[in-house]
Amino acid sequence: MTLPAVLADNPRLDRWLDFATPERVELATGRVELGQGVLTAMTQIAAEELDVAIERIILHSGDTDRTPNEGYTAGSQSMQAGGIALRAACAEVRALFLDEAGRRLGCAVAELAVRDGRILHKGAETPWDYWSLAPSVNLMREATGTAPPKPRTDYAIVGRNAARIDLPGKLFGAAAFVHDMTLDEMAHARVVRQPNRGATLGAVDEAAIRRAARGPIALVRDGNFLAIVGDDETAVEAAAAAAAGHVAWIGVERPSALQQEASWLVQRPSIDRVIGAPAPDSAHGQQSYEATYTRGHLAHASIAPSCALALYRDGHLTVWTHCQGVYPLRAALSRMLKLDASAISVRHVQGPGCYGHNGADDAAADAAAIALRMPGRSIRLRWRRQEEFAFEPVSPAMVVKVRATLDASGHPVDWTTEIWSGTHQGRPGGGATLLAAEALPNPPPIPAPTDVPEAAGGGATRNGEPLYDIPAKRIVHHLVPETPRRTSALRSLGAMPNVFALESFIDELAERAKQDPIEFRLAQLSDQRARRVIERAAAMANWGKSEGRANRERAQRAQSNRGMGIGFSQYKNRAAYAAVIVELEVEESIRLLHAWCAADAGLVVNPDAVINQLEGGIIQSASWVLKEQVRFDNESGGPIDWETYPVLRFSEVPEIAIELIPSDSDLPLGVGEATAGPTAAAIGNALSRALGIRIRDLPLTRERIMARLLA
Amino acid sequence: MSQTVAFTVNGREVKVVVPHDDVPLLDVLRNHLCLTGTRFGCGLEQCGCCIVLIDDVPVKSCGRSIASVAGRSVTTIEGLGTPEQPHPLQLAFLEEQAGQCGYCLSGILISAKALLDRNPAPTRTEIASALDDNLCRCGTHNRILRAVEKAAARLREGGRA
Repeated sequence: MTLPAVLADNPRLDRWLDFATPERVELATGRVELGQGVLTAMTQIAAEELDVAIERIILHSGDTDRTPNEGYTAGSQSMQAGGIALRAACAEVRALFLDEAGRRLGCAVAELAVRDGRILHKGAETPWDYWSLAPSVNLMREATGTAPPKPRTDYAIVGRNAARIDLPGKLFGAAAFVHDMTLDEMAHARVVRQPNRGATLGAVDEAAIRRAARGPIALVRDGNFLAIVGDDETAVEAAAAAAAGHVAWIGVERPSALQQEASWLVQRPSIDRVIGAPAPDSAHGQQSYEATYTRGHLAHASIAPSCALALYRDGHLTVWTHCQGVYPLRAALSRMLKLDASAISVRHVQGPGCYGHNGADDAAADAAAIALRMPGRSIRLRWRRQEEFAFEPVSPAMVVKVRATLDASGHPVDWTTEIWSGTHQGRPGGGATLLAAEALPNPPPIPAPTDVPEAAGGGATRNGEPLYDIPAKRIVHHLVPETPRRTSALRSLGAMPNVFALESFIDELAERAKQDPIEFRLAQLSDQRARRVIERAAAMANWGKSEGRANRERAQRAQSNRGMGIGFSQYKNRAAYAAVIVELEVEESIRLLHAWCAADAGLVVNPDAVINQLEGGIIQSASWVLKEQVRFDNESGGPIDWETYPVLRFSEVPEIAIELIPSDSDLPLGVGEATAGPTAAAIGNALSRALGIRIRDLPLTRERIMARLLA
Repeated sequence: MSQTVAFTVNGREVKVVVPHDDVPLLDVLRNHLCLTGTRFGCGLEQCGCCIVLIDDVPVKSCGRSIASVAGRSVTTIEGLGTPEQPHPLQLAFLEEQAGQCGYCLSGILISAKALLDRNPAPTRTEIASALDDNLCRCGTHNRILRAVEKAAARLREGGRA
């Protein structure tokens, strides 16, 4: 058996498991809780594989001092890559304990079993358990991959709903988040942000800032890095709120309104690649079709701004952060602070949901930069709401042009997806710089533009290739280095605009061929798992029949503009399959009525948590599609609050039904991002069927709809 | 000039010394009284993370000065229930697993309590409308709506308010 990649990277078994505490299993995972329920799922996997009760497991997560290095908790990889690594590690540890028990009892391992940590021999109790055997079992060894995990027919914990272990604290007001942490000798801090890389700090009216604080504060200034620090958070916040008016910056650049729409990208210099089939033979004279789709920049718009704590004492820096990757952040801090990585500990503490690379890493760098200049003081650095909106990396705008040559039945036989986008890879672990590093003296050079490689699912190219049976498929990728704002990873990366484009295009082809969109898809789709989710979603939504009803209703009430649409993808063409059907009604703007989703996630560890993630993805994508765009044409030059960046509210959320397709696979497929693309396409397709007009630019705002209706 | 303000939090009378009387109630709860269950979300009265009850009315505590609560009664998430004695809303949220990151939940639970106190039998639409002052970014809305409906039904059947 080959080792799962994550276990091969972290082969030492004692890095994963420890039985030193009696009656408890200490488990370490490099994955971190982002609200997706990963800690609960990891606990289930370990409890299952080790045959111990869930309650015995003490979980450590995202800590450079004690957990495996699993890079980032991102890309819907936690179960698909991290979960199977943990499973293999647990299987091997269990086998080592059984070997030792067999030796002690003088019996064959095949006669042994484990029940809640107790070793059984032919079903009977023995004097041995994990904890009494632990001193003789050496886990300071590397995994070999020789112990097969349990067959899934034996599963009693994995595959059953487990209550989220982190939820009770959040419902009873516990100090659940890094924002709620307090340390001794703690000072509060805010940064007065450098408006952009290269802007230089001029005069600072310290007296005015101090007056605004109405309490004692200190200023920390180094190069173009300026921070306000004090014992009283109210004073520090008041000073930070006033500071912008009392600080002069030279060389300020602001995004222009021209750069707001994705179409701006097309004429920019770009780094170009072609992936897939060679260029089409244009001599065939078959009919062809093309259409261009766009999406603006999106914010992560986490419910709260980023926060971090840092303490530099006795030459060692400790940082508490809600970032997605403690090891990559440690490496980036080491570069920024010129401090050896061994002198830095980075610990994950939960934060508000981030959905990708938001301000978390930069807030941690801010806290660390201040802590280094104030040894012995613990620094709690929190971004302001305006700061999170204005300075977090955004998801890049994208233009997706689809061209296809069609056969006589109207089905594509040659397919090109041409993509223009900024990078989706602005993470510090990918070589990008931290904001504090750009403001401090001797900023690092601007990193060379790259995007997420296809081996990791691609960035702008993610899901750019349709899963349909098309003889020749290719992607033309234009990576545009110049972007109006720093760009990076947001839930599903390029998959949302790509699936919106691909699945809208397929609907347009079906319409041209005068075929039902679902039948049109199935006619060109041999992947059985893909077919099953589409067929199931259609059955759930009563596709066809229900639309007939809607048509009758429309005839009765001429004003009722209802429609249903479908969107499908297999995330990254290798994670979970999801089909989403949306029913909506359009007056001047879109009102979502229902969404139905069928998904195949392979081996499901915690079904309720998977459904929660799929549904969250549908609602978040609906919010992106109906409302969201980072606009530069307003008074503030960008979003600064929830009025300049509105999101979907309770009254606007549709009823949602989700079903998981049973699977006999023993491999989990990532689900966190699986519904983002299909939902966007389903809404666009439903709008088209409701109104008979196709809008190819996101978001589908009231203004866009009205403009098209009046055109 | 520092001032002393007396008010009631979760049934307990407290006196806090604040540097001036414009200090936001949220800062007093979190930093003076260590009641960090009420979360900071925006400081702009837009997201609802910091909602508490002041004399049974839901209020965004980031935008209320400490002076305005002198002599009044404040209820925060810590006063709603405990793991040992959960409020029916907390129990229903647990049963429905109504949370993802959970950052918005304190404010949502308090908003929901205020709704059920004034309207014991709200429709789904009324619940959604009452929670429109609270943002949830993870997309847990439907679970939250179901949990509030469930708690309302229990309360009507005689559960503890």
